[in-house]
Amino acid sequence: MWDRGGFDLARAAGTRQTRDYRVSDRDTHAELAIARAPAKSEGDDSPNPTATPLELVHRCVDALGGMRRFVSRGDIVVVKPNIGWDRMPIHAANTNPDVVAAVIRTVFDAGAKRVIVADGSCNDPNRCFQRSGIWHAAYDLGAEVVLPEEHHYRNMRLAGDVLDEWPIFTTLVEADKVISVPVAKHHNLAKFTGAMKNWYGVLGGRRNRLHQRIDASIVDLAGFMRPTLVVMDAWRVLVRNGPQGGNIDDARDMRTIVASVDQVAVDAFGCTLIGQRRENVPYLAMGEQRGLGTSLYENLRVKEV
Amino acid sequence: MVPPLDSAPSPAASAAANPVVRSPAVASPRSTRSAKRPGSGLPPRRIAVVLKWARRASQVSFIGLFLYFLCQTAFRGSFAAHADTPVRLPLPVEGFLLADPFVGAMTVLSTHTVYRGLLLGLALVGVTLVFGRVFCGWICPFGTIHHFFAWILPSRRGRGASRVAANKTHGYQRAKYYLLYAFLAAGLSGSAIGGLFDPICIAVRSIGLGVIPALQYASHKTFGTLQQVPARSVRQAADAAQDVLAQTVWQTKQFYFHQTWFIVFLLIAVLFANRFIPRFWCRVLCPLGAFLGVLARFALFGMTKDHAKCTDCNLCLVHCQGADSPQGGVKWRQDECHMCMNCENACPEDVIKFTFLPNRRSTVTRPDTGRRTALASIGAGAVFLPASRIADTLDVNYPAKTIRPPGAVEERAFLERCIRCAECMKVCPNNALHPAFFEAGLEGIWTPILIARIGYCEFSCVLCGQVCPTGAIQKITEKEKMGVGQAPVKIGTAFYDHGRCLPWAMQTPCIVCEEFCPTSPKSIWVEEVDVIVRESTPGPSGAPPGYKTVHLQRPHVDPSLCVGCGACEKVCPVQDQPAVYVTNVGETRSKTNVILLENTSYKQVS
Repeated sequence: MWDRGGFDLARAAGTRQTRDYRVSDRDTHAELAIARAPAKSEGDDSPNPTATPLELVHRCVDALGGMRRFVSRGDIVVVKPNIGWDRMPIHAANTNPDVVAAVIRTVFDAGAKRVIVADGSCNDPNRCFQRSGIWHAAYDLGAEVVLPEEHHYRNMRLAGDVLDEWPIFTTLVEADKVISVPVAKHHNLAKFTGAMKNWYGVLGGRRNRLHQRIDASIVDLAGFMRPTLVVMDAWRVLVRNGPQGGNIDDARDMRTIVASVDQVAVDAFGCTLIGQRRENVPYLAMGEQRGLGTSLYENLRVKEV
Repeated sequence: MVPPLDSAPSPAASAAANPVVRSPAVASPRSTRSAKRPGSGLPPRRIAVVLKWARRASQVSFIGLFLYFLCQTAFRGSFAAHADTPVRLPLPVEGFLLADPFVGAMTVLSTHTVYRGLLLGLALVGVTLVFGRVFCGWICPFGTIHHFFAWILPSRRGRGASRVAANKTHGYQRAKYYLLYAFLAAGLSGSAIGGLFDPICIAVRSIGLGVIPALQYASHKTFGTLQQVPARSVRQAADAAQDVLAQTVWQTKQFYFHQTWFIVFLLIAVLFANRFIPRFWCRVLCPLGAFLGVLARFALFGMTKDHAKCTDCNLCLVHCQGADSPQGGVKWRQDECHMCMNCENACPEDVIKFTFLPNRRSTVTRPDTGRRTALASIGAGAVFLPASRIADTLDVNYPAKTIRPPGAVEERAFLERCIRCAECMKVCPNNALHPAFFEAGLEGIWTPILIARIGYCEFSCVLCGQVCPTGAIQKITEKEKMGVGQAPVKIGTAFYDHGRCLPWAMQTPCIVCEEFCPTSPKSIWVEEVDVIVRESTPGPSGAPPGYKTVHLQRPHVDPSLCVGCGACEKVCPVQDQPAVYVTNVGETRSKTNVILLENTSYKQVS
């Protein structure tokens, strides 16, 4: 209560806050699962894919031990898609609503009490949530959708290299389990955006400054948020003009879902989808150095399903 | 103009006033009240009581509807909408402005056309031709606010005899007619400046841009404090309250409006005036009230007075809203009356009666404005336009930061139509549109301008055009705005300040602007360069700092693609004065404010 004056007294007082939602069981399941909608048989010209996103999510998560491994009965689960931009699903700038719906359904099936879908958008959030199709998809399944309203933010001390104290979207960091559902896409500055960069969505305040050291800030965030599970959407992938896109010619149907408990490995695999080499994405090596995971995803137990 | 007293009561009036028919005992529900009434203590006619309560119910409903529309003048996404549902507001939130015949008359005079829904104003004209100024007493939300404050504000000295004196008809009430004539003349000469004084515009502007953001700010502080209380129940309650407010009254973030303090100051001033002159605004300044007052002379419904029965108790004057001389001994001023029915309810002597096709012997139907003053006001209104345009702001030195909303018509046509109602600023999801102070010249006060540093124009959003009641901002579609298969709607062009831009001046990677650029292909493109930069730390043993090579992406604008949305300016991390900024050059609506030759189409007919 007694103000002694001087700078930074309050800042120095805080201890580092992190959010670790990983499950700590030892098991022998796959650590990285890749599911692709198989190629169609010869002469089949129907536009429909051979498998739905729901089936792919099921296959991936089952390879990792099933959703019951990650979600316990009665859990409050946050599903964090990428709802950054005022773009429609065809533009592939946000997570595909079908993939989000598939994850929500799997989480509910595993016995979760509540599922909360939230993200901090770049454009007007009302517009992003509605036009991404995620609001509708989540509501249909009974999940709660929380918009990044001002009062949900609270300062937290990340104590990272560039992110020290920063306003954090509390809805995303107050849950029993957090499942990251990023979309794999091109990013002009970070080269690739997927699981690690997905945590930009927890940041409030003026995050434009962070782009000067974007790799360091991505690693800080990935160290702050350790999700239970990552389900990466590569159903349709924006391969250039990321992260916002806007032209349907920039996106390509890949009909792939990747799931893992290792954020770095998911991104290391994901960047190959847009033709990027993992050595060219600096935050992968930095994350590996900080012990957040491995960019040599081949060394994990990988399962193609 | 003291009217002669009516020599004798009309037979109809005396029949209705028969104490046998309407004794206190017969009017049983109100008999106890009527015993307290002074004088003869006659209770009012039942129809007058019913009408008074109907008026109160109408006032509450209409101000409720107005505030509901105002809170709905914001896009809140919906779980029900699909990804490809066009983003529009479901309600006609600008309805009050469409029904405003003063707005209609002003824009008809300035544009010689009727814009879409403005024909709705004829409904109100029709109501006025039958019932007089019922709009002022029964409907007008701003009038209801003044009704409330005129009731609650006066001090002890503002009651009793001084209130009776204040509620008598005064000469200053003529001011509103002169204002009306001046504004209509200004309209005819090409400026919808009268919107500054339109009560609906003022209500939207001051409540939408001032009161609601201020309440949001206060609530955020209050609940923010409660959220830190170390008790779970308090925190959750504060959270829940904030959730509800954010989803019903305000939006996801705090909105700020340029120079809005002045708008709020004027609102408070005009509300405070109720302390001295009850309903000061409605009686003295309101041009819409004056407009309806001019029409009220034809009203079929009105007051008859039985002067002989008046005991000068002045109870009618205590409750009078319009200061329209309801008391006995003088003529009723039909053009000033708000038809609130208070006087008939207050009168204990059966002097006052509202009927259809009343005897007009003791009625003044038309405003008692002086002809010379009226002509002078018309002259003043007509002179306003040249007076403001000999300043440089429109013809020769158009200010670069006057960025109009997307779909706005050419500046002169814009000033003919814009009534400064602030609907566009209220609805803008990114807080990008702001009331200009003098940025757009004297004539452009409180017209909308985009201040990209506060908010940018959302690429796929066309809501400002949807709510614009007068077509100053046209109702464009998303495809027209974004340029699907046609040229997009440009509101300006972005420029880089190379002395401040991080990759250009400071060899630091950034390009947030490129990330946010919404056009496809992006108007901002980057040039990949390797440049030499000095290290920030000295070399070993005090040697001068060394040099290193860094790889940079340096941004450029393609002016043929840039739409001027200002997203780059909004997100530029150079906080105080951004390194990329938008000016209005190249805007689609102007044929002269251009940079590129290819955008200049002299063949185009407007």
